[in-house]
Amino acid sequence: MTEETGPRTKVIQVDYLARVEGEGAMYIRLNGDVVEDVQLKIFEPPRFFEALLRGRSFTEAPDITARICGICPVAYQMSAVHAMERACGVRVGGTLRELRRLLYCGEWIASHSLHIYLLHAPDFLGYAGAVDMARDHPALVKQGLALKKVGNAIMRAIGGREVHAINVRLGGFYRTPSRQDMTALRTEIAAGLSLARETVRWAAKLDFPTLELDYEFVALRHPTEYPFCEGRVVSSTDLDIDVAEWDDNFEEQQVAHSTALHAVRKGRGPYFVGPMARYNLNRDKLFDSTRALAEEVGLEAKVRNPFRSIIVRALEVVWACEEALRIIDAYAPPPQPAIEVLPRAATAWAATEAPRGLLVHRYTIDAAGLIRDANIVPPTSQNQKTIEDDLRAFITQHTHLADAELQWRCEQTIRNYDPCISCATHFLDLQVERTHGH
Amino acid sequence: MTTRLKLAVWKFASCDGCQLQILDCEDELLVLAEVVDIAYFKEATRHEDPGPYDLSLVEGSITTAHDAERIRQVRAQSRILVTIGACATSGGIQALKNFDDVAVYKSIVYATPAYVSSLATSTPIADHVTVDYAIPGCPIDKTMLLRFLSALLAGRKPDIPTHTACVACKHSGVACLMVRGIPCMGPVTRAGCDALCPKFARGCFGCFGPSETANVDALIAQWREMGVDEATIMRAFHTFQAWAPPFRQVGDVVKSQTSPSRGASQGQGRQGHD
Ligand code: SF4
Ligand code: SF4
Ligand code: SF4
Repeated sequence: MTEETGPRTKVIQVDYLARVEGEGAMYIRLNGDVVEDVQLKIFEPPRFFEALLRGRSFTEAPDITARICGICPVAYQMSAVHAMERACGVRVGGTLRELRRLLYCGEWIASHSLHIYLLHAPDFLGYAGAVDMARDHPALVKQGLALKKVGNAIMRAIGGREVHAINVRLGGFYRTPSRQDMTALRTEIAAGLSLARETVRWAAKLDFPTLELDYEFVALRHPTEYPFCEGRVVSSTDLDIDVAEWDDNFEEQQVAHSTALHAVRKGRGPYFVGPMARYNLNRDKLFDSTRALAEEVGLEAKVRNPFRSIIVRALEVVWACEEALRIIDAYAPPPQPAIEVLPRAATAWAATEAPRGLLVHRYTIDAAGLIRDANIVPPTSQNQKTIEDDLRAFITQHTHLADAELQWRCEQTIRNYDPCISCATHFLDLQVERTHGH
Repeated sequence: MTTRLKLAVWKFASCDGCQLQILDCEDELLVLAEVVDIAYFKEATRHEDPGPYDLSLVEGSITTAHDAERIRQVRAQSRILVTIGACATSGGIQALKNFDDVAVYKSIVYATPAYVSSLATSTPIADHVTVDYAIPGCPIDKTMLLRFLSALLAGRKPDIPTHTACVACKHSGVACLMVRGIPCMGPVTRAGCDALCPKFARGCFGCFGPSETANVDALIAQWREMGVDEATIMRAFHTFQAWAPPFRQVGDVVKSQTSPSRGASQGQGRQGHD
């Protein structure tokens, strides 16, 4: 919706953004060619998870926090189990750790495929949604759904179901898969890997609007692996910390136009989490075969144009399929499905890499294992300010576009981040206002 | 040309997991899009057709005055209104605040609580408008959703199971976990997931909500015999389906003789039960 509100003022607004997870809006006010205000508004009603976690048992955190987001529940479960295990001085290694990585591969594949094909691709090809796109590009949409299904197959096999896995617990799982379960899964993933490679080749040929800002990328970094659940929190500038030092380095700010808190790096400001950050900071940790594919399609070693995030997401799907196959090929059922985790009074942090980026949990529990305090920093609240900066920069360079086109491109700019508003609320509505003159 | 069923999908306070189950129908989605006209579905498309709609699927609970008004407008535009999932059907996990003080909740999450408008309660859709059908689950099961839609399209009365998870469990030939000393909510939980948790050696935690004739007292007695403490019993009933009767009333059965089950931290006057 565009509205002339003064002689040279113009507002572009979208009251309810589509193809994002949750309820958000965009408001942009232009005075001639000058962008006066940009707000990514989040009106998703808050559900107060941090409050309702108080007094619950430490064992309940994975299942409860999963309900923050139906698109990335495994990420919530993983950040919760790792934080609680750190609190209790337990480290889950070996095959159980590998199974957790496998489950996480499932979520990355399903969530990235959903975003690439059903949410983001329609912007590039000029359709309102994937169903419209399927009329002209049936094979493309079918390929996306088939790839998404591979991720869901992993989550069903390891987690029990696609949304809100029931098989995750502190210390490991309730039941671990048999060799035969894994063999069946292997065939599906191998087929998925070819589809994923095709996805990278297809995505690399799309038309990308130009946009580059001087971002600070933040992601986990592990000495030997592309990151999931472990590693230090590092950035493209000078950051290199244990997640327990989070509060010294980051803060969350509340703004009037959002039910989501904005996270910023103390003394520096907005930063960027997600697939591009992970890739830019961990490209050396990809499999040689994944990196070779990146080179084949001409994906730069440091991706700075957020519109190109669709290629990076596709590349991460390739990596996740390869990682899943590696885990399955080495799999032998562990002697027990979980190791014991006994409570003790402690405060602990954990960060894992959700499909959309870093997801930080902090809990304080007492000696009986009751949660005294909980704090959750989801990826979208970390990216929110960066998205607003992108919008400002993009519009400044594209004021010549017709209003309807400009609005759509602004929506696409937001969707570059695959924002998950359900997560951030603890988060989004789009409006553009143009003023001409003073 | 035959007219297709005009479908709208609405979101209120929720995690998006139930509407994602629609997109998770990978094999059926495109076929579905041929037989129904997806007229409004913000998560899937920026295209929207104005009402009225033949069928509205509603995810999420009512937690703001604005949403209480919005659901009335949705109802006014919908021939058939169906709630999908625990949030819409019984208030969801966010209904835990119904037992507590929302001012305390806001101050825990937000530094300036005044910016945040929120009702004191999270209530099911049926508290506000007439609901034609309710599909249970946290999340809903996609097979049940597809069966429901096929029945509607064929003009049959949709069949939503009302029996207990135990029935499904026995059908699947799973050995009862309670016999092995693992507490299970199967006896009071409605079927629909095909006894998923017991198949994974995990006690059911009731995410499909109470079955029609749930005998909560009997299950609590059994759990006590197994040595489950009061606080754990309280928490078990007061999670994803806390506001669904008779789970809601469990606080009256479980006495706060032990440490309060939840919420008493820092003496903020929060009670474990209503
Ligand atoms: S019922 Fe559960 S899965 Fe469905 S929207 Fe609510 S929290 Fe999410
Ligand atoms: S395991 Fe649970 S659901 Fe299955 S029969 Fe026993 S009590 Fe019922
Ligand atoms: S067994 Fe119970 S808790 Fe598990 S999925 Fe089924 S209804 Fe939900």
